Amino acid sequence: MTSITLRGLTKHYGDLVALDGLDLHVPDGRITALLGPSGCGKTTTLELIGGLLHPSAGSVSFGDRDMAGVRAERRAAVMVFQEHLLFPYLTVGDNVGFGLRMRGVGKRARHRQIEAMLERVGLPGAADRRPQELSGGQQQRVALARALVIQPEVLLLDEPLSNLDRHLRDGMRELILEVQRDLQVTTVVVTHDQEEASVLADHLALLFDGRLAQVGSPRDLHDRPASASVARFLGSPNLLPGIRRGEQVTTAVGELTVPRGVGDDGPVLVTIRPEAVVVAPVGGPNIVHGQVRAVRDLGARARLLVDVEAATITLDARPDALLALEPGSEVALRLPAESLWAMPAEDTEPVGPDDLVGSGPAPSELSGETADPGVLTPAEHDRH
Amino acid sequence: MATSMTPTTPVADGSRRASVGTPGRHPTDPTGRRWLNRVLVVVLLSLLLLPLLPLALSSIGQGYFYPQVLPEVVGDRAWRIVLAADGATWPALRDSALLAGAVTLLAVVIGLPAGRALGQYRFRGRALVEFLLLAPVLVPPIAVAIGLHGALLRLGLTGSMTGVVLVHLVPVLPYVVLILAGTFANLDPAYEAQARSLGAGPVAVVRTVTLPAIAPGLATATFFGFLVSWGQYALTLVIGGGQVVTLPILLFASAAGGDTAVTSALALFTAAPALLLLAINAWAVTGRAVPIGGVR
Repeated sequence: MTSITLRGLTKHYGDLVALDGLDLHVPDGRITALLGPSGCGKTTTLELIGGLLHPSAGSVSFGDRDMAGVRAERRAAVMVFQEHLLFPYLTVGDNVGFGLRMRGVGKRARHRQIEAMLERVGLPGAADRRPQELSGGQQQRVALARALVIQPEVLLLDEPLSNLDRHLRDGMRELILEVQRDLQVTTVVVTHDQEEASVLADHLALLFDGRLAQVGSPRDLHDRPASASVARFLGSPNLLPGIRRGEQVTTAVGELTVPRGVGDDGPVLVTIRPEAVVVAPVGGPNIVHGQVRAVRDLGARARLLVDVEAATITLDARPDALLALEPGSEVALRLPAESLWAMPAEDTEPVGPDDLVGSGPAPSELSGETADPGVLTPAEHDRH
Repeated sequence: MATSMTPTTPVADGSRRASVGTPGRHPTDPTGRRWLNRVLVVVLLSLLLLPLLPLALSSIGQGYFYPQVLPEVVGDRAWRIVLAADGATWPALRDSALLAGAVTLLAVVIGLPAGRALGQYRFRGRALVEFLLLAPVLVPPIAVAIGLHGALLRLGLTGSMTGVVLVHLVPVLPYVVLILAGTFANLDPAYEAQARSLGAGPVAVVRTVTLPAIAPGLATATFFGFLVSWGQYALTLVIGGGQVVTLPILLFASAAGGDTAVTSALALFTAAPALLLLAINAWAVTGRAVPIGGVR
């Protein structure tokens, strides 16, 4: 099958650098997600892979074939756009059969394949209908069928779920996963939603400002972010500035043992996922004491905000354990050493200096208030 | 304010009942709209065709003067003159058709890329380009004709079909370009990218996506371009210098001559192709325009 290799891939629009020297390997037969805030270059990357844009520098290879001189229509890479883009003057069947017709497949073979593919995406018998008669979710299925019926080597999906109502997303996601598993087509999904990326892909590439920030599994990115901006983008509310000496980090909340992390001694940010923080009745290492500021009921789980010295620590747990706590009451929290992660405080990301350095308001406080993951991404933050 | 008005406003009350009470009689009920459409069509056709009725009467009347409502004596004298096989009408029809055809073809060839650029791309100076395009429509044609006469004279293009074709482009291009710009604004270029991604080469993209999407607009632009050229008098007269004789030139000459019946017959003869085109265009465009992307 087909793996994709991007080497130094760069795209300029005049002075604007949309993509800046991207090196990425997309493994064969799996789903890779390009994740990042809007304007980070992820859709540009998708269009460069599909041949709809020409790179300013760098190369795209399918397997060991350089795609430089290969036009979009000759690449076996089909793009499914966010807006479905069904041709309104063609029937559903003719839409699905479009790629086959371009490849000169005869009428009868075409009809057989169209019917089979429509059935595969759960729309049997829809061939004679008009795209306008279908719901948004059905249109998205037709767009997927139209792409898959030509048996592409590479499937490129641009925000496949974001135009759908919430109740349709699960069905579409399952369909994409099932069809991909059956056909083993190398798939690249572009999304700004880290949850969408995590459920669709086992391989994530996170892009900021046209540059690769981190590659890995969803677990890698969540538990071991390479930089503060990665942690922030993934919605990590607990980011404690501190000074690292070996495994010991001096933070605003006290002395912590942090065995894992990236970078050297010096100024670091320590992060821990809210689910990993434990309300601890007994003493031990990495215990901090604070006052409950607020308890939020989020339905399936509850969120506790605890003021510890100048910082705020956010913790998520089952509601029954937390909802009994009163604001203002004293509480002891354990930050398990195996869940802590330290990374360099200095970062190339465009965050205000106040967020990162000094003993002033800790960044955890800021992000603790806007606690929903992915609400404020760095690029969006800039625009406000 | 709104609360005090509600009970005394029968229209608001009625429409609410219509939309909520009986689901079949929705305000945008298709049968109701079809009726409204029919009435509108009749009104519009009357506005278009009624002025032609006196012309028709006058063209068959003999000794048909002011106080009479209908001509007392009817005859085909004027029509025999206008339709005479060796008369000036047939060559003028041919030249009018050739001229309008050539002008329209050129305008569409220029207008397709220009309309695409104006309709789909944002660039510096776009507003200026649009203004310059519209400018010839705002200036009286006779002023344009006199202004261009000197230039075309120096190029040796006065009194020739080529010169008249070029000068007709001045009023025709704005219509064609602006109609096509509006058409392209409704075509999201992503559809063409989608077709390429599915395996369509450049020619196939034009055939399968671009042309079907712009066909109604292209038909309308062609129609307008043809008609604007068809109806030109001042530009043809000044630049053609009497060498290029189109139907409007004949018509004006006849009107100056004073034979009302012949002038009326000639006027109808000149209008007939335009009415035919209008009918074809209405049949081809109405109800077929499917927006493909863009703002609906």
